[in-house]
Amino acid sequence: MKLDRRTFVQFSLGSAAGITLSPLPWKLTDDIAIWTQNWSWVPVPERGEVSSVNSVCNLCPGGCGITVRKVGDRCTKIEGRHGYPVNNGSICILGESGLQLLYGPWRIPSPLRRAGKRGEGIWEKISWEDAITQVVQKLRALRQKGESHKVACISGPNSGTVSQLFARFLKAYGSPNFVQMASGRDTEELAMGLMHGTASPVAYDLEHASFILSFGSGLIEGWGSPVRVIKAHSIWRTRNLKERATVVQIEPRLSRTAAKADNWYPVRPGTEAALALGLAHVIVKESLYEHRFIDNYTFGFEDWTDSSGGNHIGFKRLVLTKYAPEAVSQVTGLPPRKIIDLARKFAKAKRPLATWGRGKGSRQGSLYECMAVHALNALVGNINREGGICPQPEVSTRTWPEVEQDEIARSGFGMPRLDGAGTDRYLHVKYLPERLPQAINEQQAGAVQALLVHEANPYYTMLDSTAVAEAFERIPFVVSFSTYLDETAQHADIILPNHHCLERWEDFHTPIGLQKPILALLRPVVPPQFDTRHAGDVIINIAKRLGGSVAKAFPWKDYETLLKWTMGDKWNTLEKRGFVQEANYKPPAWEEAFKTSSGKFEFYVKALERQGASQPQDIRCLPHYKTVEPEGDHANYPLTLIPAESIRLANGAIGNPPFCTKALPDTVLKGNDLFVEINPKTASNYGLSEGDSIILETPKARAKVLVHLFEGIMPEVIAIPSGLGHTAYDEFLAHKGVNANKLMGVVEDPVSGLSATWGARARIIKV
Amino acid sequence: MSATEEKEQAVSGQAEQGKEGGEQAAGRAEIKPTSTLSRAKLLKFLVLPLLVFGAGFVVNLFIGWVIFPRLLYSEKDQPIDFSHKIHVEAVEEGCESCHFFGEDGTFSGVPGAEKCAECHEERIGIHPEEAKLVEEYILPGKEIPWHIYARQPNCVYFSHAAHIKMAKLECVTCHGPVGESIHVKRYQQNRITGYSRDIWGWRISGIKTNSWDRMKMDDCADCHKKSGARNDCFVCHK
Repeated sequence: MKLDRRTFVQFSLGSAAGITLSPLPWKLTDDIAIWTQNWSWVPVPERGEVSSVNSVCNLCPGGCGITVRKVGDRCTKIEGRHGYPVNNGSICILGESGLQLLYGPWRIPSPLRRAGKRGEGIWEKISWEDAITQVVQKLRALRQKGESHKVACISGPNSGTVSQLFARFLKAYGSPNFVQMASGRDTEELAMGLMHGTASPVAYDLEHASFILSFGSGLIEGWGSPVRVIKAHSIWRTRNLKERATVVQIEPRLSRTAAKADNWYPVRPGTEAALALGLAHVIVKESLYEHRFIDNYTFGFEDWTDSSGGNHIGFKRLVLTKYAPEAVSQVTGLPPRKIIDLARKFAKAKRPLATWGRGKGSRQGSLYECMAVHALNALVGNINREGGICPQPEVSTRTWPEVEQDEIARSGFGMPRLDGAGTDRYLHVKYLPERLPQAINEQQAGAVQALLVHEANPYYTMLDSTAVAEAFERIPFVVSFSTYLDETAQHADIILPNHHCLERWEDFHTPIGLQKPILALLRPVVPPQFDTRHAGDVIINIAKRLGGSVAKAFPWKDYETLLKWTMGDKWNTLEKRGFVQEANYKPPAWEEAFKTSSGKFEFYVKALERQGASQPQDIRCLPHYKTVEPEGDHANYPLTLIPAESIRLANGAIGNPPFCTKALPDTVLKGNDLFVEINPKTASNYGLSEGDSIILETPKARAKVLVHLFEGIMPEVIAIPSGLGHTAYDEFLAHKGVNANKLMGVVEDPVSGLSATWGARARIIKV
Repeated sequence: MSATEEKEQAVSGQAEQGKEGGEQAAGRAEIKPTSTLSRAKLLKFLVLPLLVFGAGFVVNLFIGWVIFPRLLYSEKDQPIDFSHKIHVEAVEEGCESCHFFGEDGTFSGVPGAEKCAECHEERIGIHPEEAKLVEEYILPGKEIPWHIYARQPNCVYFSHAAHIKMAKLECVTCHGPVGESIHVKRYQQNRITGYSRDIWGWRISGIKTNSWDRMKMDDCADCHKKSGARNDCFVCHK
């Protein structure tokens, strides 16, 4: 027999059949699949003892309890802490990505001094001793020149001890210019302070509400304490049909929250307050409001006469005369029938609740809009009741001794604040962060000689980035305490890197929107991975080195001592259990609830009488609708730009970690290109189709973006994802997309002075 | 016509007849082969190909079933030839004497040398393997580098406490009658994956007859399904 082609084929076929019927191919396939999971270059934590440590996540104001799983000294996973009152075992995508922030390439490894031009990214590593000495020398020199008030400090918006330490430092040093970054709670605190007499954020009893009327709140997109709200959302959805809560979303865009709501009412952006008052009109007119509450515990609902005999109009007359459904329909674009229908459903629901704060609720917003929504809650009487709202309570801690200022500190601290907060013009607010860049730019050069930035990234998160960049240019000495190489650190002169939140002790006070007070403790889960120091320790150290009364204001050895002292008798529980909760807390009854001058809930806010006289007094004191007009004229900028926020896209001081960026659909980000949402109708007017490249221009800036056609956005409105367009961090985040903050300017709220910006006027040019 | 011509005609006539006859014969052969032809062709077109095919088939079956497993696994000796049987008889609390739960739920799956030293601080018998234990590991204070048969991959989170304390599973269900063994079995390691052979199972076919024959993900999942335990990815892959 000779070996010819035919025999070869026959043998091969036999071989193939033989091999197929043997385990070889099947076993080999399985083994190769496993082999690909065990490549030597795939990072695998070393073998070690498995342990877990409980702490708290402070990557957003949500304050979830976390359990960090460790293998040896390496953190391997962050999970939601079971039994924790905020999130009970669940966690959001950002919290879960926390390890990428801990071990990622954007950590700052040691103190750095700028070696090139600002923002060039050329750094020189220096020792801690050297770094602190340089800061101390600069601060001491300014103080000796009597320019202590020219030092400013920007801190993150949380209320923990570290932020307070910076405030205390500035007070002892002699500068009034301590500013906390903007957040939605600023306006909430103001509205609650004026109407309730308690300046706290609003706490919502979401879990027990049966009808949720959301004025643009991204209930499942990171609003409030995100995990808690999402869990509440699933409670509303999983109850049986009879008890199921109704969710109504008012928003110009079909967000995920809107898509999951029972009803979605798109209104023209920025007209939410008008709708709230229109609903109030129907509720008042049809007498659907809670009479017991309105008649006994409110002030300014009916018309009233003051002690000097002057007549004033009340909320009732205001809404009845000015906010009839037809009028409101003209403003909002919602048919009158729907307004009436919604008002009736809301008022007749068992436990109705109106929520305020667009998107994640992290922008300040209009005071009157917040008051108007709040007035709706008052009308249905759900103040300090189950399923309603109350001022957010806090667990009390020990108060620090008063700062004893020396002469320099007294005179410096007594100088007017740069942002104007607390002056006659901006009477009711503590800080006006969004005004600060403008204020610096308006003053002559050198108004701020040194800036300390802690747990904030103003260079990226503040509106009108161009003005912010200019303000930074005008500050000769910027010190960043950032953990990550963010935009602000990138434009600093000296960086004193803080520990990552998994490497340090810190307190965390009641997460935003919670109705039971919680005090929680961040603890070091792993030892510091780099040559970093706790910002609290550094600021205490700087104070001590400055000596005199500044040093005396910090009698504590280090931050840990101070933290223990401040927590007082709660420290032991905190250390052992990780948190203290007053689970039985109940907001006070209506009789004792209100600390206003009238002792009642004020529809008519007397405290606003003194505010500037640009409007008639009665209107000024009542929640009303006044358009917050973004810059630019309608003829040149016919479109409206609004930011779109998503839980998968961190848009605060923390840069979006790679896990989150990976979760973005390619209708948001494709490579480095950002999509904006445009209604197909609008797009056809401009001859645009999906994926087209356009120049998006606002009075503040222009950017090249791609078109994503979306029927879920109102015509003439464009939505831009918020949280991209970083220039700092690393290759996984930098230069991806466009920074939405750059395109929007600051629109000052006429009363508070806070930023009421909800969007911008825009035009598009096809390229 | 001459006689020769007639002959020629006759020959050509015969030849023509023969031609016709030959064609007829060939036509018949296509319909019904003669016995001689069919044997040769059968050999050529069926038997030989089958033989060649069969040879390939058998050789490769042999490779797949016999040679492949030998190539796939490397074999290693355990440091000590440990007898479970002797120990189970000698200790008071059975398996749990050495394989116990810590207060925090950790499980002593592979007891450390420290545990052995509780009895074998010095030699208590005459077995040469015991001598090895005491001299090579306990006296110098070294851990015994056991090869672990049931080691699961890094991506698997497994808790003995959940299975034994909560689900009340017997050790045998997953590990088989290890407690009755007199010698430790050979440890074989997959050269491609680095996993112990016990994970795929000792039968290269992967067929299992006992619950402890295999420890692949499907085996975990089957049991989870049958017992109503959760089968979500994150239960094991944390």
